[in-house]
Amino acid sequence: MAELFDQVAQAIREDELCAVVTALSGERVGGKLLARRAAPREGGSPVEIAGSLGNGALDQAAVERARDAMEAGRTTRVTIAAEGREWDLLIDVHVPQEKLVIVGAVHIAIPLVTFAKALGLYTVVIDARQIFATQDRFDHADELVRSWPEDALPEMTLSESTYFVTLTHDEKLDTPALIHSLDHPVGYVGALGSKRTHAKRVVVLREAGVSDEKIARIHAPIGLDLGGRSPEEIALAIMAEIVQVRNRRTDRNTDRSKEGRK
Amino acid sequence: MKEILADIDGWRQAGKRVALATVVQVYGSAPRPLGAKLAVSEDGAMVGSVSGGCVESATVQEALEVLSTGAPRLVSYGIADETAWEVGLACGGTIEVFVEPLDW
Repeated sequence: MAELFDQVAQAIREDELCAVVTALSGERVGGKLLARRAAPREGGSPVEIAGSLGNGALDQAAVERARDAMEAGRTTRVTIAAEGREWDLLIDVHVPQEKLVIVGAVHIAIPLVTFAKALGLYTVVIDARQIFATQDRFDHADELVRSWPEDALPEMTLSESTYFVTLTHDEKLDTPALIHSLDHPVGYVGALGSKRTHAKRVVVLREAGVSDEKIARIHAPIGLDLGGRSPEEIALAIMAEIVQVRNRRTDRNTDRSKEGRK
Repeated sequence: MKEILADIDGWRQAGKRVALATVVQVYGSAPRPLGAKLAVSEDGAMVGSVSGGCVESATVQEALEVLSTGAPRLVSYGIADETAWEVGLACGGTIEVFVEPLDW
């Protein structure tokens, strides 16, 4: 008993994108199927299945709909046809908590945490430099990690629901952190610094063997161009850019799932 | 779901049976979205919510019956009634809740 529930609980604890399909009526009422996918959305990565609604054709049709629901990131009730009849199903989608990882506990990071939290993101600030990473300055952050990025980052899950920014003003800290983030399917990567700084950074990244495709994922100079200069204005520009990226992705997914329903 | 896992684990480790209630349909405006959950232990303790508070006690009763019969059921609640107004829900919504034993 409860083996499937344990798998569901594990997927949710690990904050994976997953869907639990339940048959709500008919002879298979209470039937359950878990579809999970920890890997990125791009490239049609495979969905792992556990449990069954009691029929192969029904399972297959349900998994297709679960895939769409996961893409859209939305719990949905559906009726699907299989075995020559209709089945009433709930597709219960667990969407990972969106997270903003900020490397560099600098002044800009203080208002950035405020804005990110207001927009529903879990906030993590990483900086080993004691003078910056004080509890007083970052009492409002969900996590303040007082370590070097190279030590802290490998311990973290960096998924497509993670937004990642480097703000240290120190390329010795920012560049390795950027390289690490680009090896993961993060939803957004932004790096503080002027066009000139970024041009130099691109050279360093290429020398380190980072592909042009990965380098192109970096938003730099960071943030929408709001013309601001103060830390608060820059933080707002960064947050605005993250919101733009987040909404474009949601629109794309929603459109795709609409097509799927036609 | 995440916020109710710890309580469910505790109940199961104590050898108690658990029922799970999930909002599976929302008509009109309702305080809790599709997928919202309430878990109930066999001794009537609850965690989570399926509404703003107006149908929880009824759902707990359903959950206890489901635990005794072992059969899942689909229950519909109109929450635009007097009870809803008393707890401050001017919503006029209806919700459907699926109640099942957590035996899977």
